[in-house]
Parts: sequence; C-alpha cells; structure tokens
Amino acid sequence: MIRALFLLVMLASAPAAIAIDKEGPLEDPALQARYEQLTWELRCLVCQNQNIADSNADLAKDLRKQVRARLLAGETDEQILNYMTDRYGDFVLYRPSLAPKNWLLWAAPVLLLGIGVWLMVGAVRRQVARGADESKPDETGNAS
Amino acid sequence: MLKFLLPLAVFGLMVLVFFRGLQLDPSEVPSPLIGKPAPSFELPTLRDPAQTIGSDALQGEVSLLNVWATWCVGCRQEHNTLLAIAESGEVPIFGLNYRDERNAALNWLDRLGDPYVASAYDPDGQVAIDWGVYGAPETFLIDANGIVRFKHLGPLTPLIFETKILPIIRELRTQR
Repeated sequence: MIRALFLLVMLASAPAAIAIDKEGPLEDPALQARYEQLTWELRCLVCQNQNIADSNADLAKDLRKQVRARLLAGETDEQILNYMTDRYGDFVLYRPSLAPKNWLLWAAPVLLLGIGVWLMVGAVRRQVARGADESKPDETGNAS
Repeated sequence: MLKFLLPLAVFGLMVLVFFRGLQLDPSEVPSPLIGKPAPSFELPTLRDPAQTIGSDALQGEVSLLNVWATWCVGCRQEHNTLLAIAESGEVPIFGLNYRDERNAALNWLDRLGDPYVASAYDPDGQVAIDWGVYGAPETFLIDANGIVRFKHLGPLTPLIFETKILPIIRELRTQR
C-alpha cells in the first residue's frame, strides 16, 4: 500500500522534474513541441556537450527565454536558428547545416564506411585466394 | 613497397591531424561577428541609471569593449591588465557589465580602480546575447567605423594585448 502510494507520488511529480523552466510549458501544444525541438538542437556554449534544453547555465536560461519569446512572437524555426547562428556561429547548432563547407562532415561517415568495406573485402579476398592455392598455414601463424 | 609506404602515409596524415587538433581549443568558438558591424545597443550606464550608452559610443575611434562581471574570476585576473592599458592611453576601453548587480559592480570599480571610459549595465544579459557572449571575460576590438575586428575570450594579459591586439590597433590606425 505504502509502496503504491509512493509510486503514485513519484509519478505525479515526474512532469515537474522534466520541466527545467519555472514558466511552465507554453499554452499552445504545437508551440511547446517546437520549443522542445529547438532547445534540444541548440548547443549550450558554456557547457559544450549539453543542449540548452538540458543545461542549467545562466546563458542557457537566457537563450531558452529568447527561443520562447521568439516563438510567441510568431517567428519560424528558421528565423530563430538564424538568430542564434548570427550571434554564436554554426557551432551553436547540434545538427550542422548542409552548406558546402559542411559536406565533408556529412559525407565522412559514409566515406569511412566505404573505406572500411573496401579494406575488408580486399583482406577477405586475399585470405580466400591464399586458402585456395595453398592449404598449409602461414609459417608465422599470422593471418596476413 | 606500397605495403610499407601506405601505412606510413596514413600514419603521417594522422600525426598531422592530431597535432593540429591538440593545438585547437574547443572552448574557443570563433565569433561570426568578426568583420561585421558591432551589434547596436542602448543601455543605462553603470554609474548613472539616468544616462545611457550605446553602440554609437564605439564609433569614430578604435576601441575595446570588455565584458565583465564581479562574479567572474577571469575578470578579476585581467583587471590589472585593463588598468595598465587604460593608463597607457593606447586605446579607450568600454565596459559591458554582464548579469551583475549594480552595487556590487560599483563597489568593485571603487575598490580596484576603473579602467573603463564608461560601462553599460546589462543585468539580464540580453545585449550580451546580441554580441554572442558566452563566457566573461570577453574583449572585442572595434574599429573606427564600428566594425568588430577581433575577439579575445578569457582573461587578457599584457602579453596577449601586446602580441594579438596592439598590432591590429596599429594597423587600423595607419590605414586611415
């Protein structure tokens, strides 16, 4: 019984724990969703591996306040993100823009995967070829 | 031959990349303001709430804008450097008092000395956001046309001032 009550209290207080702002959620659920998305994508520059939704730094609070005010003023997501990059540069975005200077960054995972696959295919082929024309093992016992 | 050269080349490339990486400071975010007009603002002065100071004051002469606060340890560290720069008369320093309390800030200036021509009072940090401030102390160099030329993050030292800021100031002055 006590355990159930405890659980109930904990569950009831969970939303308060999620909300980092004392202002509470925005009235319009659509705006609140955009607010959460935007603050989730903006980097807190004081504590660089946190986004401003997570951070309790004063600057993160100020930036959340800006996002909130700008949403309420009817600005688009793009306008708000531009506002941030105009001041703090691309670094403030957790999702870098698709500008030409970032192409290498975006392509890097695919390129590295490609190189890895290429090396692996080569290694397997060599192994198979060796296994086919000579069945005796490598003298040193090493694979290559 | 390739068997030896290729790993060596890859290794060499990695050494170069990592060596460069070691010299970069990830906490130093390049300011997008460099080469752009200083963000305009209008704030009450620290000393007299009835008076205002704004970006107009940064026009007409090469000047420094120093973002400071009494809670900021780095600001205390660089304070003597600022005093020395002010005394040398090399360049006027304007202050942007950031997220601070007026009395504490005035007290600080009275106690330690006031290197600023004037300080703007920005208790809620809204002007500081326009300047892309994220960690006091920060120092901006603004040219006579009101264009931001350089930004230094962290405490100023005489060495940094002489090697990084003074050459730009001299160059800006000879251009005119």
